[in-house]
Amino acid sequence: MWPFRKRPEAPPPTLRRSFVTPEGVDLQLELGSAGARGAAFLLDALLMLVVLVLVTIAIGYLVEGGRSQLLMILWLIGAFVLRNGWFVLFEIGGRGATPGKMALGLRVVARDGAALTGGAVIARNAMREIEIFLPLSFLGYQASQDAADAFLAIFALLWSGIFLFFPLMNRDRLRVGDLVGGTWVVRTARTALAEDIGASETIARPRRSFSDAALDLYGVYELQTLEEVLRLGRPEALATVAATIRRKADIPDDGDDLGFLTDYYRALCGRLERGMMLGRRRDNKHAPTIRRRA
Amino acid sequence: MSTSPEPLLVNASRFRAAHAVDWQRLDGIVTRIERRGIGALTENDLLMLPLLYRSALSSLSVARETSLDRALITYLEGLCTRAYFQIYGVPTSFWRQLGDFFARGWPQAVFGLWRETLVAFLLTVAGALAGFLLVLHDPTIFYTIIPDSLAHGRDPSASAASLRSTLYDDGGKDWLATFATALFTHNAQIAIFAFALGFAFAIPTVLLIVYNGLMLGAFLAVFAGKGLAFQAGGWLFIHGTTEMFAIILSGAAGFRIGTAIAFPGRAARTDFAFAVGRQAAVVMAGTVVMLILAGLLEGIGRQTVKVDLTRYAIGAAMLAGWLTYFYAPRQRHVAVS
Repeated sequence: MWPFRKRPEAPPPTLRRSFVTPEGVDLQLELGSAGARGAAFLLDALLMLVVLVLVTIAIGYLVEGGRSQLLMILWLIGAFVLRNGWFVLFEIGGRGATPGKMALGLRVVARDGAALTGGAVIARNAMREIEIFLPLSFLGYQASQDAADAFLAIFALLWSGIFLFFPLMNRDRLRVGDLVGGTWVVRTARTALAEDIGASETIARPRRSFSDAALDLYGVYELQTLEEVLRLGRPEALATVAATIRRKADIPDDGDDLGFLTDYYRALCGRLERGMMLGRRRDNKHAPTIRRRA
Repeated sequence: MSTSPEPLLVNASRFRAAHAVDWQRLDGIVTRIERRGIGALTENDLLMLPLLYRSALSSLSVARETSLDRALITYLEGLCTRAYFQIYGVPTSFWRQLGDFFARGWPQAVFGLWRETLVAFLLTVAGALAGFLLVLHDPTIFYTIIPDSLAHGRDPSASAASLRSTLYDDGGKDWLATFATALFTHNAQIAIFAFALGFAFAIPTVLLIVYNGLMLGAFLAVFAGKGLAFQAGGWLFIHGTTEMFAIILSGAAGFRIGTAIAFPGRAARTDFAFAVGRQAAVVMAGTVVMLILAGLLEGIGRQTVKVDLTRYAIGAAMLAGWLTYFYAPRQRHVAVS
């Protein structure tokens, strides 16, 4: 693998952002990905459409019974509030998220970490007018015109597309509205604490012990990959990993891959953590081994 | 130290055993706030929330330094983030924000935009003058300025009598309120659009404002040509002072954003954009309130009040009211952001 090894000084671009709380701890916020943002928006648009259709049908039935003027007014105001208020009213509430964002575990927060103000929410959502409505109206315009105006319409569509695809053009996935409102969208999905591999068994059983040479094979990166393999628990992956470790450490196969890997994980984790306490962190298998002091 | 039958080799296991109860309790409290709001908490939970949050934060710091259990660190990061935003990131209540908006936020934001407002006003006046003079000079220009759907027969070819009737016709009293609502929603949408277009370096907003003035001038020219200038003025003035003011303000809000992005000065472009963006958004939200009033005045007030002087008086009173509300000297609270 030598010629293809990744250079360690070029980390892949991630959606993790440093965010230090007043208590001085870096929370490492995870931003919502463009895909999740788009999905949340489509979900919201769908819900708005459903609400609009249902309300229109309900009002249509009621009109039969007279009082059509009042209902017409209600419909006009309802449609206006739905179009302009759906995002604002949901995001201004304590959750900071529309139903679509809630479903995808997203939340709107102020970039400076302070409370989200009404002004910020209104600013970020008023900008949807040029992000969504403008391209849509140009599309409609193009559909209604003949070929003579097509060039103009395509130009207009491209221009307005700049606003629509703005989130893909910056690292922080900011919409135009996020830029003006000083907000960004972070992931705050509820996660359960995964089981502890280090002590998940209730039945006591004899543990395998490993030589120093066997434990010097790997570093933190490989340990956490092993953790992932153990949590996923797919038999073929377990078998491959176990076979590799046995071959490298020259340990005979005893037929119990899961038990072997769990024990190896514990032993390796304990050793690497002890090294870390002494200030000798071994990031991956290419780093120098943690040597015992004589 | 540990009750398990064999000694725990891994730091994370010892750490989990000692603190998991606290984390789960914090998780429970935060989940309850997320689902049902802060009111769903008992007094005891409320008192424990900041303590549990700080202990979870310190757990996170310790785990990062001593543990290699990635699932544990991911869980604590997620938990602390959710708790942080429930503690520091929650907005004040909706009604309180609304009260603040009318008492201080809105007039202060409008006051802060006085330069842009003046520019938008002058652009409107220039547009109106141009439209007026152009149509007086050559009535056919009217048709290029104003689309048929807006003119409703009020064009240079109409007779003085039919023009006069449009000024005092009540258009069927039954539909007054519906008419008012339709006017409001249409105008409010345009105000929001003018604000949002400001982002494109304010150029589309300038065009929108000038065009608005141009239409005003062209309409007035048609009526003036038939000697109905005074009456048409009253017809426009009753709601126009509020409506035009609102459109000028939303244009000013758009200018503010556009100029902030084009010329951020010493501040970073993104930092400056949102500082002014929030202020401009407050102004824009206010224009929606003004347009509700303008819609009522236009849809109901104008159709019921038929005396020119009364129409002028109502329009002038509204204008005086807005000017006092926005620009009268008052005690300015520093603490409002």
